[in-house]
Amino acid sequence: MAIEVRIPTILRNFTGGERAVDAEGANVSQLIDNLEGNHQGLKERLLENDEVRRFINIYVNDEDIRFFGGLDAQVGDGDTVVILPAVAGGSL
Amino acid sequence: MLTIDQATHDAIVAHARRDHPDEACGVVAGAYGSDLATRHIPMLNAAMSPTFYEFDSGDLLRLYREMDERDEEPVIVYHSHTSTHAYPSRTDISLAQEPGAHYVLVSTRECGNGDGPFEFRSYRIVDGDVTEEQLRVVEAYTDVPRKPVVPPPPRAGGHTTATPTELEQ
Repeated sequence: MAIEVRIPTILRNFTGGERAVDAEGANVSQLIDNLEGNHQGLKERLLENDEVRRFINIYVNDEDIRFFGGLDAQVGDGDTVVILPAVAGGSL
Repeated sequence: MLTIDQATHDAIVAHARRDHPDEACGVVAGAYGSDLATRHIPMLNAAMSPTFYEFDSGDLLRLYREMDERDEEPVIVYHSHTSTHAYPSRTDISLAQEPGAHYVLVSTRECGNGDGPFEFRSYRIVDGDVTEEQLRVVEAYTDVPRKPVVPPPPRAGGHTTATPTELEQ
């Protein structure tokens, strides 16, 4: 079962420069563990205290997982997962 | 150095003035590897705040997909400060995640919504290090020497022999 995961520029040093890699899992949590197995260090950049970091967005088939299950959001063969760091900042 | 055409520069300033006192934000995309900021995309500040900006997560996904389809990248990521200098804050620095982009800061603290003076500055922000860079405003990019075209990294399923270092350039 292969799920395509799109990697943002800033995290491509974990994937040997690849813009997208394949991973496996039944939900996003498992998918991230699977990614970590092949691309060590990636998980820490995505999660903090077992939650998705505030300024990291993860989408499954164009849906932000914050709005449907978070790390429990289900994924399956042929799904596309996109990881994008937030574009944010502030003057304080 | 950031080279930017006058029309894009003016459009960014106009956006910042319009959204004052909230922070305005957006991107100027350009062909991958060209370092030419050609397509201005004003973004909605989902935080609608005078002290914070954040692209809406759905808008963010659409933006990056569109750039991907056009073989573009974010050449400029800009936002405004409405009561402070045009210098990246600690928050700006810790959240900057596009090491290849020029981070443009516009301050509207003097002009507000009006035609008064503004600041327009450009920075590189890489791994928490901020470097201000020279700004050159040109009438058009026709006078700018073109960089050799670097093909973007391959899409899903593709293979590359390029090193990550080459891909970042």
